[in-house]
This record gives sequence, C-alpha cells and structure tokens, in this order.
Amino acid sequence: MEAPRPVSAPPRLQAGPTPLFGAYGIVKRFGSFTANDGVDLEMRSGEIHALLGENGAGKSTLMKILYGLLEPSEGVVTHKGDIVRLPNPEAARRLGIGMVFQHFSLCENLTVAENIALVMPKDLSGRALADRIAGLGIDYGLHLEPDRPVWSLSAGERQRIEIVRCLLQDPSLVILDEPTSVLTPGEAEVLFTVLERLRAEGRALLYISHRLEEVRRLCVRATILRAGKVVGACDPREETARSLAAMMVGGAVRAVTARRGEAVGRERLALDRLALPAPGLHATALRDVSLRVAGGEILGIAGIAGNGQAELFAALSGETRVADPEAVRLDGKGVGALGINARRGLGAGFVPEERNGHAAAPLMSLSENALLARHPTAPLTRFGLLRLAAARDLARRVIEAFDVRKAGPDPAAGTLSGGNLQKFVVGREILAEPGVLVINQPTWGVDAAAAAHIRQAVVDLAARGAAILVISQDLDELFEIAGSIAVLHDGTLSPAVPTGETSRAAIGLLMGGSRDPADSGRRHDAAPAPAPAPPH
Amino acid sequence: MTLDIVQMVLVTVLAAATPLILAGIGELVAERSGVLNLGVEGMMIFGAAVSFAVAMQTGSTVLGALGGAGAGLALAALFGILTVGLAANQVASGLSLTILGLGLSGLVGAGYVGIKRDPAPHLAIPGLTDLPGVGRLLFGQDAFVYTAVALVAAVSWFLWRTRAGLTLRAIGDDPVATHALGLKVRRVRFLAVLFGGACAGLGGAYLALAYTPFWSPGMTAGRGWIALALVVFASWRPLRVAVGALLFGGATVLQLHAQAAGLGVPGQLLSALPYLATILALVLLSLGRRQGGSLAPAALGRVFTPSR
Amino acid sequence: MRLDLVPRTRRSAVLDILSPALAFVAAVIVGGLAVAALGVSPGAAFVTYFVAPLSEVWSLQEIALKAAPLALIASGLAFCYRANVWNIGAEGQFVAGGLAGGWVGVATHGMGGLPWVLPAMLVAGTLAGAAYAMIPAVLKVRLHVSEILTSLMLVYVAQLLLDYMVRGPLRDPAGYNFPQSVGFDAAARLPYLMEGETLHAGVLVAVLAVGLATVVLARTLFGFEVRVVGVSPRAARFAGFSEARLTLAVFAISGGAAGLAGIVEVAGKIGQLQPEISPGYGFTAIIVAFLGRLSPPGILVAALVIALTTIGGEGAQIDLKLPLDLTRAFQGLLLGLVLGADVFAGYHVRIVPGGPSGRTTS
Repeated sequence: MEAPRPVSAPPRLQAGPTPLFGAYGIVKRFGSFTANDGVDLEMRSGEIHALLGENGAGKSTLMKILYGLLEPSEGVVTHKGDIVRLPNPEAARRLGIGMVFQHFSLCENLTVAENIALVMPKDLSGRALADRIAGLGIDYGLHLEPDRPVWSLSAGERQRIEIVRCLLQDPSLVILDEPTSVLTPGEAEVLFTVLERLRAEGRALLYISHRLEEVRRLCVRATILRAGKVVGACDPREETARSLAAMMVGGAVRAVTARRGEAVGRERLALDRLALPAPGLHATALRDVSLRVAGGEILGIAGIAGNGQAELFAALSGETRVADPEAVRLDGKGVGALGINARRGLGAGFVPEERNGHAAAPLMSLSENALLARHPTAPLTRFGLLRLAAARDLARRVIEAFDVRKAGPDPAAGTLSGGNLQKFVVGREILAEPGVLVINQPTWGVDAAAAAHIRQAVVDLAARGAAILVISQDLDELFEIAGSIAVLHDGTLSPAVPTGETSRAAIGLLMGGSRDPADSGRRHDAAPAPAPAPPH
Repeated sequence: MTLDIVQMVLVTVLAAATPLILAGIGELVAERSGVLNLGVEGMMIFGAAVSFAVAMQTGSTVLGALGGAGAGLALAALFGILTVGLAANQVASGLSLTILGLGLSGLVGAGYVGIKRDPAPHLAIPGLTDLPGVGRLLFGQDAFVYTAVALVAAVSWFLWRTRAGLTLRAIGDDPVATHALGLKVRRVRFLAVLFGGACAGLGGAYLALAYTPFWSPGMTAGRGWIALALVVFASWRPLRVAVGALLFGGATVLQLHAQAAGLGVPGQLLSALPYLATILALVLLSLGRRQGGSLAPAALGRVFTPSR
Repeated sequence: MRLDLVPRTRRSAVLDILSPALAFVAAVIVGGLAVAALGVSPGAAFVTYFVAPLSEVWSLQEIALKAAPLALIASGLAFCYRANVWNIGAEGQFVAGGLAGGWVGVATHGMGGLPWVLPAMLVAGTLAGAAYAMIPAVLKVRLHVSEILTSLMLVYVAQLLLDYMVRGPLRDPAGYNFPQSVGFDAAARLPYLMEGETLHAGVLVAVLAVGLATVVLARTLFGFEVRVVGVSPRAARFAGFSEARLTLAVFAISGGAAGLAGIVEVAGKIGQLQPEISPGYGFTAIIVAFLGRLSPPGILVAALVIALTTIGGEGAQIDLKLPLDLTRAFQGLLLGLVLGADVFAGYHVRIVPGGPSGRTTS
C-alpha cells in the first residue's frame, strides 16, 4: 500500500485563517470494515475542538491517524496548509502534534522521570530533565515527584505524567483522548485549568469525549462522528446536551419502560457492614458497606471508575470471600464464605465489567462460554462429563433470545462485537432466571440499540421478582432503570435514595466525595459557569 | 601460609563462578527486555564445543573464545526469530534450542574428545601478580575472568545510565506501552537475545578453554540452568548476579573439597548441594518479596505481537 | 524490513494439520544437508532413519517400547502445559517413580510371587512421581516460586538420589559390587505381550493413558477447567475454577504419569534398579508434547515419530557411523520448526518492506 497521493491544492472547509492542522477526506479501512469514511476536520490555534461520538464511531481511528499510529487509506492531513505525511508518532511529534492517551502508556516499575525520558531526545536527561519537569509543575500546576515509581501513583497523577510528557515537546496541537474518564471531579477541574492555559498560549486542542457537559463548557467547536462519518459540526455552546446526544446517536432510541415506586417483595440481596482490605496497591478497600435489595427492586450503584466497584463486585460474586459469612446475604442466607458457584446454586447471577477475559474467554466458543458460567445451574454435565450438545443448545437459546449477531454457528467469543458479546453475557445469566442479579457496567462500550435491549431485559427480570444490583458509571442509565441509587466513593457506600427523590447534581456531588448533598460549592453537571470568551 | 590457602580457595571459587557470571549477565539482559531464554544451556555447551574446535584449528584462544561467542549468538538468532519474530511460546522454544545445542555440541566436539590443549593464558604482571594473598586473585586471572567482571560493570552502566538501557528496561516492563510510544520493541528484544546468547557461548568457551583445557560431552552439567536461577535470585541486578555466582561457585568448591576430605556425607548429597541451594534461594527470595511493584521485568515471558 | 503478524479471525484448520507435517519435511531436508556435510549419502541416511526401522518386527517393537513412555509422560504434561503450568521436571518425576516402585520390587524379592506385587509397584511409582511433582507445585501455589526452575533443579536431585540408593541401601549384596539392585522376580515384572521377550505390557499402559487423557481433556469438566485456566485465568476464576487447586492437580497428574512411566520402564524393560534408568525420556517427552500440539492423539503420533527417529538413529550409528547427537539435534530442530510453523495457523505472516517503525497503509 502506498502513501496517499498528494493533491495539488490544499482543501479547505470554511473561510478564514488557515487552520493549524487539517484532515480532509480521511478514509480508513481495515479489511472490509470502514472505520473512517470521508472525515473532514480542522483544528485552529487557540481553539479547543471537540470530537464527539459514541464508542465505535471512529474517533480513536481518526486520532491514531493524526498521531501517526495509522496511515489513512485515502485523504490527506495538512499542517499550516501544506500536505504532510505522518508515518509514525515521531513524525507527528516533529510537526508539533502531541497526544495524551486515555490508556496511559506508562511503565509501572519505572519512575516518573524515567517514563518521561523515554520519549525525550537523548540529550535531555538527568538533572536537566528533572528541572524541566519541576518547571512545568510550577507553570501549569502539574506537580510530579520525578523519582516516584509509577505503580504508586493515582490515576490523576499518572495522567499528569502523560500531559507533562506531551508538553515537554512544546506541541502546537494537543490531542486528548477521554481525559476525564478516570479523574475525580476535583482532578478534572485541575485539568480544565491546564487546558485553558494551553489554549490561551495559542495551542490548538482536540478534545475527544462523550461527556457532553464538559464539551459544552470547554469547546467552541465540535465535530460529531457516527459510524465513521461526520454527521454534524457545530458550536457546542449553542447546543444543549440533548441535541448533541441526538446527533451522536442519530434516530430515536427505544425508551426503556421502568417500574418505579411499586411495592416490592422481601429482601433478597444484602450487604451488612462489609469490610475488605485492598487486595493490592491499586485496589480500593471496602469500608462499612451496607445495602439491601428486595425482590422486584433495582438498586443502582453510581461512582467514578476506580472507587471500589470491582472489589464490591468480587465480594458479591464470591470471587473474593469474606471472613464474616453474614456480611453477604442471599435470600437471607449468609454466603460470605461461599464461592461463586455455591452462590450461583442459590439462584444468583453475575455479569462482571470486562466481557473479554473475565465474563467470557475470548478464544473459546460461545457454547464453551455458556458452559463456563452455567455449569452449576444448567444440566450441562453428568458425572463430571460434559454434555456438549446441551451447552450448544443453551448458547443457541441465548443467541436467539438476545439477538446476538455473530459469524458462523459457534464462533469464538472474541470475534463478536462489543455489543453482541455483552448481550450474550447478560443473556446467559438472565436465561437462568436468577433470583438475584449483580451487573457491573452493563452497557459500557456498547452501541445504543444493544444497550437498550440489555436495559429492557434487566428491567423485565426485576418485574419477574428478581433483586438486581447495577453498578454503573453512566448516570443516565441509572436514572433510567434504577428505583434507588447509592454512590460508591473511595470504598464507602452512601445510603440509597429513591431515584425520584434525588437529582443528577446531588449524585454527582456524592460521586466527587462530598458528604453533604446540600453543598453546592462544586456543581458537577448543573448548568456550567460561563465559558471564557474565545479569541478571534 | 594460610593466606595462600585462602587465596587458592578464592581463586577456585572465582573460577567456578566465572561461567555462571558470563551466562547469567547475558541472560539478565535478555530477561530485562522481557524474553525468557531457556536455551542458555544449549548455547553454552554449543559455545564450549565450537570454541574448543576453533582454538584447536587456529591455535588461538582468543579466536576460540570468539568462536564460542559466535556459536551462542547463532543459536540465539534462531531463538530470537522464533520468539520475537514469530511470537512462539518462549518456554518451548528455549527448550528446543537447548536440545538442538546439546546435539550440535556433540557433533562438533566429536572429533576432539580426549584431546587437551594449553589452557588460556593467565595475566602475569611482575610485582603485582606476586603480591602475597591477593596477587594471583586480582592480577593473575585469565582474560575470561576479567571480561566477566568488566561485563558486570558495563551492563550495570548500560542499563541504568544510558538511554538505550532505559529503553530496554521499559520494554521489559511493558511492551505494549513502549510500542505505543513508538519504541522498537522487537528490535531491542532481538538484540538483547543475541547478546544473551553470545555471553552464554562465551561462558561455555571459558569452560573448554580455561576452566578445563579440554572438551567433554555434557561438560556444562546444568550450569546454564543454574545461570537462569541466578538471574532470578539476583532480582535481575548485575552486581547481585556476580555475588550469587560467587556463592554458587563457593557451593561447588565446597562440595569438591568436602568430597576430597572424606567427610562421610554421601557424595551424591554434596553434588546435589548446588541444586538444592538454588531452590532454597528462590524460596527465600519469594518469602522476602515486596508488596508493591514487581522485582521481575513485568512482561517477562509473555508473548508480544504488535497490533497496528 | 519488518515481520508483521496479523491475527486470523479463526485459526486455519488446514494449517493446523499441515504445519507439523511441513515442519517435519523441513527438518528432514535440513538433516539431509547436515548428513551430506558429514560425508554420508542423504538417501541412505533417510532410509536408515525412517524406513528401515519400520521393516522389521523387532525394530517395530523397539519403536513401540520407546514411544510408550514418551506418550505416557507427554500426555500428563499436556495437562500442565495447557494450563500454562511449566513442569520441566518430568525426568525427575520419572526417576522418582522408578525408584519408589523399584524399591517395592526389591523389598518383595524372594517372597514367592505374590499377585499384588506388580500392582503395588505400579501404584507406588505413580504416587511417588505425583508426590515429587508436588514440591514445585506447592512452592508455586504458596510462594509463587517459578516452577520451571524448581522442577528442573529437582531432576538433578532425583538422579543423585537414585544413584545413592543403587550404590548404597538398595545395592544387590550378591552383585559383585556393581551399582545395581537385585533383579526383580518374575512377579515383579510386566508381562510380555508377544514372543521375543521384548514387547511388554507397558505399551498397553501407555495407550490406555493416552485414551484416558483424550477423554478427560475434551469431555470432562475438569479437562474444561484445565483448558480455560490456560487461556483465560480471570474467566476461569469467574467460572469458580480455583487456579491453585488446578495447578496442584495438573502437577500431580503429570508427575504421576511420569512416575508411572518410570516404574513401567524399570519393571518392564530393565528389570532392576540401576543408576541410569532413563535415556532422557522426561525431556524428550516435552518435545513430544509440543509436537503433538498438546493433544493426546497428536502426542501419540508424535511419540511414534520421535521413537522412530531414535531407533533409526541407533541404526545409523551402527550402519553409517552417524553420531547419536545428530538425532538429538534433529529432534531439537524439529521442535523449533513445529513451533515456528504453528504461528502460521493463527496469524497471517507478512514481510513488509520499510523500516521497523515505518508504517504503511494496510
């Protein structure tokens, strides 16, 4: 494959000064799959430009092209009006493009300074580098201790390394990929201050996110991608979150009908002052966690990633056992000392956060994955021997009931798209008609149609008398399906409040760690403060 | 007189430790880049055979040593193509190279069994070498020993004081992250593997050219495996490899002396000492493990295929 | 120039079967070149190695006798390797089993042919191999010590222990000070399967073991656990499979299989204890396990192929003066080529022009 053929005259999207960087007619194909289909994008100095889109819309592909990690199948990238080629990240960096990845490229066992030095020119190291790092800390508020090993740092601190690494190369364009996804609201505020500073210095910023309130607050332009194509370009300050979402999703999504406030049955799932030490350095200890879910009820657990969700799930599922058997109760029975299969035997079902590698083994077939989770609760074995036909039959029933799209009769789980695999994994549990279902991030990275299907199935299961616990970072989802919401922050759980009696603002505050919902000092997703006037 | 006896013991300990240091340092570099090379034993013994053959043919110990290093490097290249290039299972690939190396060493060495040649020359500086107590130990060794010491220092400096060394350590910690940063993961790993093989071959050359001035089949007697254990025992730090090699060298020497002294302990138990000591060392290391971070290169042994 | 590996969406079934065969052909070609370099006709060597052993009954028996312990040990190892547990010490477990079972044979010598002696020997050998394998297993599960190194070190320890026992406590007092135990009674020997006093029942034991391993791996819940743990340890925990329990179990299985192979060799072929009871079966079995792609039926075929080349190598040593090391080198090369060829079944392999960091459109 050759480099894209240069065009004689540089293209343009709108009148005005030459954009600092432009991407025109970008097409990127991976085999028969087209990730970007004729995308145009212009980035201007002193402007924060948002790139919006759902998971799978093509944002990360476009971003990789701009950073030289991929080359487009068609189309050109321009720098100050001249067409350029970006065969690798070094070329992108040389042109002044810097990138702060969502998933940090950090070596855990090296120090802050060593991680930064890895991408610096050879002559910048040791004392000189440490001084530069300290200088940036003072200038931008990005404080870092150069000699600390990365494994001991929090998510916010790690992101600072990525940002410093990027800034040390004095980029004219900074691309940020979902920067606030792992930050607390406080850390996000610090980030916004830095970004505003960078913008004021005349750099261009490309802000990739699906957090609409942030985008409306920070950005003056937004390009919206859907299924690889540009479906809209606007000034987000003139739009509402709803209109932006509508452009992202396109077409009405089936509304989920949820029951609210009806009489519920007896307690089916309970945690009683559960305490668990942190299993590792990066894990979160659980402290004094109590909750009750009755039959027919859906309890939502809100919280930013990394506040104990995985540890809570493991304690509920039995992958982590607890000393006090009564700390976890299923239908009144103390199960704290029981493993996951014993709990399944008592009628509980579990859907972990990671579908690839935890809920399902990607290299194994769907029927084997059905066997994986259902061997205690379905007649899939006899005297220790597998009943493969029964497993295939179960998988087939799940696929039919949940409209799982796949290639071939019994493919490997890893070949399914995110949404379809998630439907399979959720359907596998729901078809067992569990009395208690615990789900962690039911629709993370799932397309809208599949997400709606999953949420409806969960709601219907509750209507049949099951007690359901949904852990989710998506507040919209929780407000849609949960009857009551509690917030997990730093391993402690707030008291559950009925959904109708609370607001996103109040929940947002609790997610940020504020103990008093009446404290309106930092408003997470209420109306934003007026954005600073953009330069012209 | 006792000073001379002590020196003699130390000299034998150093001699026993040298092949372990050579092979261990090379393996340390390979493992620091994330590649577990179980073919060390095969590379060592192939190096021993080739070095003896080359030295016999050319009459030169230096050429023999280079030949040994080259032999180890050649086998390491095969290993690198398999594991780094084709992402094959590192354990199985290493074993295949060990078996191949053992077989090839027998083929090459077949014509030289039972033949002796002059051992590698020892340094002799008038005045210094004759110093009582330390003269022979410090100034009377052969070039292999000094090379081993120099390698320990050089590798230490390389890994912690150069950008290339930092890159190598980073790759061994997280090949995915370093690849995303644009670093050449597979090239660095391949070069590290080649270096490891050359060092193993050099260690084998020491055995056939200096430790004992002849070739005999299977003469490495598992030293390659002990070198592997040494790297773990040393927490992947060069100086500790040297210290550990001296300890194991000491155990070997102790066993020989104890057998000669007729202590009444079965000879087999004494022969088993190095192997039992290795297991004990590994257990002690695990018991004293830190809670945070990891001592080993985090990506050691895991297959890496760059995704584009 | 750069070597690119692009994962296939599904493993190529054709290449899964073809690649070991192609690797074999490639190894034979390289071997032929090596043989020619040694001054021997490649054609004659090929016949001596691969064809001649198949042409006579006694050599076919020898092939079966050599393949049996390989298949037995490798079937046990398949459980370990599938679960990502690296038992490299099968040689030591083989020796431990031979020693323990042989001890029973020595202890019951002269008691007049009791029918429980042979079964007791077999059981003792199996249990001893399993117990010996528990050492690296427990160290791994409790202390996270690398099982590769511990199991390997224990090989040397087992060999030295056998040497000590045979030269000391178990030495035949009437044996002229030779380092060997008393010869076993007939009741302590495996029965022969046919005329000629060569082919013993150990072959049946091996075939049974391969069959059992096939069924367990593919069709039981335990076999499923082993397979899942190897590819997705988190999913295995989600399925309620305990990684620790499985590690102990697969070490016990492979150790027991190796120990059984050890006592079968001692009671079948050797008939007494001596300092060397294994021509490296434990290590060769590792090759066989990978050649057979960690699947018991494949392992059976691979064991026969390796046994064929070993017998052929012995014949070549006599007839063509080709050293035995050539066979060993061939086997190492074959394993390497099989591992390399295996990649092609799971990935598209492309050689891409341009620098290592240069990326081209795909």
